[in-house]
Amino acid sequence: MTTARREALHFALRNRKLVVGAIIVAVFLVAGLAGPLLFDHGPNDYVGPAMAPPSGEFWFGTTTFGQDVFAQFVYGLRSTFLVGVLGGVLAAVVGMVVGFVAGYRGGWVDELLTMLTNIVLVLPALVVLLIVNAYLGVRSIGVQALFIGLTSWPWAARAIRAQTFSLRSRDFVDLARLSGVRTPKIILREIAPNMSSYLFLTFILLFGSAILIAASLDFIGLGPTEGVSLGLMLNNAARWSALQLGLWWWFIPPGAGITAIVGALYVMNVGLDEVFNPKLREM
Amino acid sequence: MRRYFGRKLLIYGLTFFVAVTVNWMIPRFMPGDPVSSMLSRANVAQPAAVEAMRAHYTAMFGFDLPLWQQYLNFWGSLLKGDLGISIWLFPTPVTDVIVRAVPYTLGLLIPSILLSWFAGNRFGAFAARRKWLDNSVLPVGYVLTATPYMWLAILLAWALGIVAGIFPVAGAYGFDLRPSWSWTFLGSLAQHWFLPFASLFLVAFGGWAIGMRNMIIYELEADYVNYLRALGAPARLVRRYAFRNAILPQVTGLALQLGVLVAGALVTEIVFSYPGLGHLILQAIQNQDFFLLQGTFLFIVIGVLIANFVIDIAYVLVDPRTRTGMGEAA
Amino acid sequence: MALNVTDLRVYYRTLRGEVKALDGVTFSVADREIMGLAGESGSGKSTLAKSLIRLDGRMRHVGGTVELDGAAMPLSDDGAMDEFRFRKVSLIPQYSMSALNPTRKIGKMVGELLESRGERADRAELERRLELVGLSKDVLDRYPIELSGGMKQRVVMVVSTLLNPSLLIADEVTSALDVSSQKAVATTLLGFRDHGLVTSMMVVTHDISLVYQIADTIMVMYAGRLAEKAPAEVLVTAPRHPYTRQLIAALPEVGVRYEDRRLTGIPGSPPSLLKPPGGCRFRDRCPLAFDRCAEQPPFAEVAPGHHVACWKAE
Repeated sequence: MTTARREALHFALRNRKLVVGAIIVAVFLVAGLAGPLLFDHGPNDYVGPAMAPPSGEFWFGTTTFGQDVFAQFVYGLRSTFLVGVLGGVLAAVVGMVVGFVAGYRGGWVDELLTMLTNIVLVLPALVVLLIVNAYLGVRSIGVQALFIGLTSWPWAARAIRAQTFSLRSRDFVDLARLSGVRTPKIILREIAPNMSSYLFLTFILLFGSAILIAASLDFIGLGPTEGVSLGLMLNNAARWSALQLGLWWWFIPPGAGITAIVGALYVMNVGLDEVFNPKLREM
Repeated sequence: MRRYFGRKLLIYGLTFFVAVTVNWMIPRFMPGDPVSSMLSRANVAQPAAVEAMRAHYTAMFGFDLPLWQQYLNFWGSLLKGDLGISIWLFPTPVTDVIVRAVPYTLGLLIPSILLSWFAGNRFGAFAARRKWLDNSVLPVGYVLTATPYMWLAILLAWALGIVAGIFPVAGAYGFDLRPSWSWTFLGSLAQHWFLPFASLFLVAFGGWAIGMRNMIIYELEADYVNYLRALGAPARLVRRYAFRNAILPQVTGLALQLGVLVAGALVTEIVFSYPGLGHLILQAIQNQDFFLLQGTFLFIVIGVLIANFVIDIAYVLVDPRTRTGMGEAA
Repeated sequence: MALNVTDLRVYYRTLRGEVKALDGVTFSVADREIMGLAGESGSGKSTLAKSLIRLDGRMRHVGGTVELDGAAMPLSDDGAMDEFRFRKVSLIPQYSMSALNPTRKIGKMVGELLESRGERADRAELERRLELVGLSKDVLDRYPIELSGGMKQRVVMVVSTLLNPSLLIADEVTSALDVSSQKAVATTLLGFRDHGLVTSMMVVTHDISLVYQIADTIMVMYAGRLAEKAPAEVLVTAPRHPYTRQLIAALPEVGVRYEDRRLTGIPGSPPSLLKPPGGCRFRDRCPLAFDRCAEQPPFAEVAPGHHVACWKAE
């Protein structure tokens, strides 16, 4: 086990995809965490001249209202990471609970959970989120993440169920069961650790997709009612004719930020897959 | 096979039932009184209309009835095709508003889904063959698939529409035209269609190409491939088999991605003010037109369910194992 | 002489360096000889089997030559090896159950495979050979998923021998089967040789008692080198290498009930092949080891057809 872990680390540090992806995510994370400390004004304050192109003072220029796009960008990164982590974690937790229980228990429990999974899977998540959010008077990042988490778990549950299914009949699980260990403990102690790398990969993908869904919601106009996010920036840019006015510095950074973060997450995912799966290493 | 379709239809039936129930529940269990909030926030000019709407909505929601009665009534009017009256386009019935918008959305979605799927799979399989191609295609593919649909749409609209001036960036046809079967109109329609189509196509293309590339690489590790190679089968045959088998999960993937693709179409339409369902959703939200929003929701769910069923049929056609009656219901 | 292997060395590339999985083996297999190849996992028997048909991505042909029917086999040239594969040397893989493309009907797959190798697909001959292993021609119109594991294995056996190869390598073909199917597979292999469908055969196994039933000779490997090769009867009844002796002693005797005798394992474990110690590789576990074992003993012929790599085997 320790040699396997050391070997994985060895490959991890030499895997270009993983390293590059992790660096990009880390850079944006640091920007999101530390960036806002640079400003003594809020992201939506009117601090500069209207429609100013990028300059030494306003790195990403200003909006039609004279708001600092760079300030909005770093605050927006915060929201993006927050919604991604909260939504991703929640979806992963629901997916794991459903997947583990369905895969481990089998029988009618499995039938029922699989049916539930398939129903939520078929429902188009964003559209469900649209009508839920439309009725909410006050929207926050937390509530947004909550609903994203509650709608985007099905594929994870399906994948985890399949993995659990194949682990269920292994010797060490049988041994635990025969020695009277209770089900939740078997799942936590025996099954989950044996697919930890897989669970981690699943979480990364859920993280990325939560960011994309949140951005779409924000863009449609159902983002958080207070504050700022990358999706809201795109929404405002489109609403206040940034395209027609040629304010490219307003709509390029938020989209580029989302693309870079999500893309880096996906590339990290492939890299990790290669690290964990020796067969792919030789490619 | 009958069991396979039976199960699928059961799931779709249940999904529809859940969707309708959610649709019914949300206005009732969310905080606030939907009728008055709707009316207070709706921008209706005629006072007569406001009263008519209040009467209509109160009857529609039927708040004085017991819950189960409300629920049954909801189903009743739904089955008659009555989704209520739009506030935004008062007094047009919601169903009419939606039916007018659906062709535009389908006209964007169907070509972009099918073409991106075919082209992406071809390209991904091709990329998996050459190391250098693989190394250059992979990052591009990941960037494309990570791009938010609306951002690519905005970039294309800005670069090709506003800066280069090649394509129009708003509407489905020129503002000076009326729908007709003339060449001028069709030309304008195609011109307006191209950019939203291209942004949907590109993002989805990246995803399919990567998916196929990864699938092929897994397939090339499979036992049957090792056996063929041990018997000296040429790479051509091996690749053909690998492609054929890798396409199966991509068909299933199409079903899984439908929701994302529809969402992509909705936001893309918003960028281009394209008069499809996405545009309706935006208007419904801005005008607090909940009936229109809920009607659109149901329409999209029905559309997605139908598309899923079509994909199920396609899967049976491409995977012989489901036809032998011994394959698992994938 | 069908197969002549001389000082063959094949190493595995790994993270911590090269694993000398096959470190200088020299032997030959005669026409019409069925040779059992035995050894524990890590002995190099699978590496040897793979090397003769297709090196995988991590294997490197370091030295030595292989001749089949007088022609040198270009082990490290994957493209040139294709000429030999299927026609001259063929394989029944360990993974027979999953060796058939799941989305092609079996008949169609065989047809396409033959065509891709520029061979004519003779339907009548194919059906005749299926009959030989007890399969009806209907299987050609089936998908692999419609066949049982045993049927799939027999299909693979027929496909692999379709071009009458000089050398057939059967890699652990029985390890996934129950006893009666094992017996059937062994009989089928014997039949292939007796009907002249294959000239010689190498049957890789960890189960000496099974291979003993069909093999003419048995070769035992240990830690990447050859330990002993002898006629099957001699190897089982009068082994000379101390490793072979312990291996045979560990087997349950035919007719002896398990309760009567305890199975004895061999204490210790084989050396690491990353940096194997010089001299005889078995010496740390060998009860007979003495000073001279620090020097590698040659694989010498101690009796006609009986080769042993041990200083004490005289």
